[in-house]
Amino acid sequence: MKKNIILAGVGGQGILSIAAVIDLAALHSGLEIRQAEVHGMSQRGGAVESHLRIADREIHSDLIARGTADLVISVEPLEALRQSPWLAPSGRLVTAMEPVVNMEGYPRIEAVRRSLLETGAPILIDAQQLAEECGSRRASNMVVLGAAAPFIGIPPERLEAGISELFERKGADIAEMNTRAFRKGLEASQQQAASPEGPPTNAMT
Amino acid sequence: MERQLLLGAEAAALGAIDAGISGVYAYPGTPSTEITEFIQHSPAARNRGVRAAWSTNEKTAYEEALGMSYAGKRVLVCMKHVGLNVAADAFINSALTGVGGGLVLAVADDPSMHSSQNEQDSRVYGKFAMIPVIEPSNQQELYDGVRHAFQLSESLSLPVMVRLTTRLAHSRAGVVPKEPEPERTLPAADALPSAERFVLMPVNARRQYARLIGLQRDIEQLAECSWLNRMVEGTASTGVLAFGIAYNYVMEVREAFDMDFPVLKTGQYPLPLGAAQQLFNQCDSVLVAEEGYPVIEELLRGFFGNGQVLGRLDGTLARTGELNTDIIARALGLEPAPAAPVPEIVVPRPPELCRGCGHRDLYLALNTVMAGHPHDHVFSDIGCYTLGALAPFSAIHTCVDMGASVTMAIGAAEAGLRPAVAVIGDSTFTHSGMTGLLDAVNRRSSVTIIITDNDTTAMTGGQNSAATGSRLEAICLGLGVDPLHLRTIVPLKPRLQENIAVISEEIAYEGVSVILARRECVERAAKRNRNT
Repeated sequence: MKKNIILAGVGGQGILSIAAVIDLAALHSGLEIRQAEVHGMSQRGGAVESHLRIADREIHSDLIARGTADLVISVEPLEALRQSPWLAPSGRLVTAMEPVVNMEGYPRIEAVRRSLLETGAPILIDAQQLAEECGSRRASNMVVLGAAAPFIGIPPERLEAGISELFERKGADIAEMNTRAFRKGLEASQQQAASPEGPPTNAMT
Repeated sequence: MERQLLLGAEAAALGAIDAGISGVYAYPGTPSTEITEFIQHSPAARNRGVRAAWSTNEKTAYEEALGMSYAGKRVLVCMKHVGLNVAADAFINSALTGVGGGLVLAVADDPSMHSSQNEQDSRVYGKFAMIPVIEPSNQQELYDGVRHAFQLSESLSLPVMVRLTTRLAHSRAGVVPKEPEPERTLPAADALPSAERFVLMPVNARRQYARLIGLQRDIEQLAECSWLNRMVEGTASTGVLAFGIAYNYVMEVREAFDMDFPVLKTGQYPLPLGAAQQLFNQCDSVLVAEEGYPVIEELLRGFFGNGQVLGRLDGTLARTGELNTDIIARALGLEPAPAAPVPEIVVPRPPELCRGCGHRDLYLALNTVMAGHPHDHVFSDIGCYTLGALAPFSAIHTCVDMGASVTMAIGAAEAGLRPAVAVIGDSTFTHSGMTGLLDAVNRRSSVTIIITDNDTTAMTGGQNSAATGSRLEAICLGLGVDPLHLRTIVPLKPRLQENIAVISEEIAYEGVSVILARRECVERAAKRNRNT
């Protein structure tokens, strides 16, 4: 087993929490882990990404080569597109569809969606909306993680255990809320994957 | 012991804690900051009373560490590559004095300049100081390597540098710690280092320099038999000599392309020439894979001639930037899998000043004032406020090194540039701005220094700043700033007109004026609210 995962988003959106949950689940599964992070200046509202590799054997490089990622997990649609060159031909892309518009020239969201649909069979999630239904928009990163869960190569229960472990210091209710968000994302993803039409096309219009 | 998931920076920190350090001294700087932060938050270190505070700058940090080492205890000092320029005076001389307790300098280089002004390679400084340098290739080696560095430091009585680069410092992997060592005890009074070693007057310095030169053969021998070296056998005619994290990319290529080239990995400098000689004997050509400058490549060209050595100097590898798997593959004549380009509609998303940040309101006021002057250039410094160089503010026009805003403004003012305005943060002001302000006062320069006091070292994640608030005022007055021209403003939208008036008045003054633009960092305020 070997998975190359790219996590993408905008600084401050919580992609390192997604990474931390996968890391914990992989650690407890006895897997090897390499996870490269972006720190410092780039975190101030800029584009951020994290390369995460898990395997049941030795991993050499901390960085994933272009065209070899099994999975791109993004919490922002344009950032998903920015990382799309890393996807392997058989790779999957999972992204939240709410744009973060903090710069000039953000393209029209319909164009972003069209472009995302060309990356194979993407899972497109209205993560903030689903997170709000669970109690807080801040849990939208866990919705996205849930939506990506079927492609990570680690059983969802282990990922849920990782969520509990990561959030327990913030209180049981926060941990539960994030777990609910994860399940909501997983459910939406499974429905979308099973749907013959693929991602709903009217979600953002 | 249990496997832990650690950033490279954290693995270095844990290695130092388990080596029994009594202190860590550092100034924050990406990608080195997390080393000290880990020690500050470590219950084991706290229980043992390990001193772990931020120093005012890298030079004071290095000298504090040297003092702790002088007193017989193990000590870690951390900084980023450009910080070593600030500490260089103490660092180079410490190779002459030698150390008492083990002294390890962990320095994190930033090839590709993810968060830095240059790409300089700290191994050059190690060579310059003539001390051993180790460069581990992964997090486990880094943990073990830091512990090894303390032993090495004590056995040679020299400081030892551990070099990290961005991807090692900021990548997480499993690390299995080993049994920790106890802290050292203070030696008897007569066991402290002698004045002959530590007083670098010429008579002593010449002797100590001869000692350092005399140690070089031992240092080379130690590198030759270092456990950080590894030979990966292969039969291809092109071999690879790989250093530090470059080894990982090389091995990734070897596996992904199912190649059989021999690889010599080394992680201790000076270069183990004997091991390199074997690889060169076996191969027609050797690719030198090192992050940063072509430090080793240059050396090897002297030994083996130009024809056999491939790397950054002959263009096989790009001269700049960090390495990765694709770059190594291409250097070996392999074609990575084709990848789609980034779709054209994707536009850049640069970093920006936070929403609600006080620097935004300062720049709004400053831009309005400067717009009324034909020379509207502003000297700036290094910190969050440097982001004011980008749209929509485009408010600042220089950022060279810590403290340079103040002193460059002095030089420009003496050239006749009016107004000469500098913008500098609270932490950067104490790091390297205070001495420049003293120059300005002594010379009665016509400069306006705006100190953006947000109560923290914000850019690196909110470490304590050496002086903020009323202490900054006291420092400025103590340095001789006229109290009538030491003004305080609060950069908030409702106060825009008021702030424009204050800045205009001080810029008009032909002399030294200081404006303290004081408002807490929004990130820091949010964190404080979460914790209360």
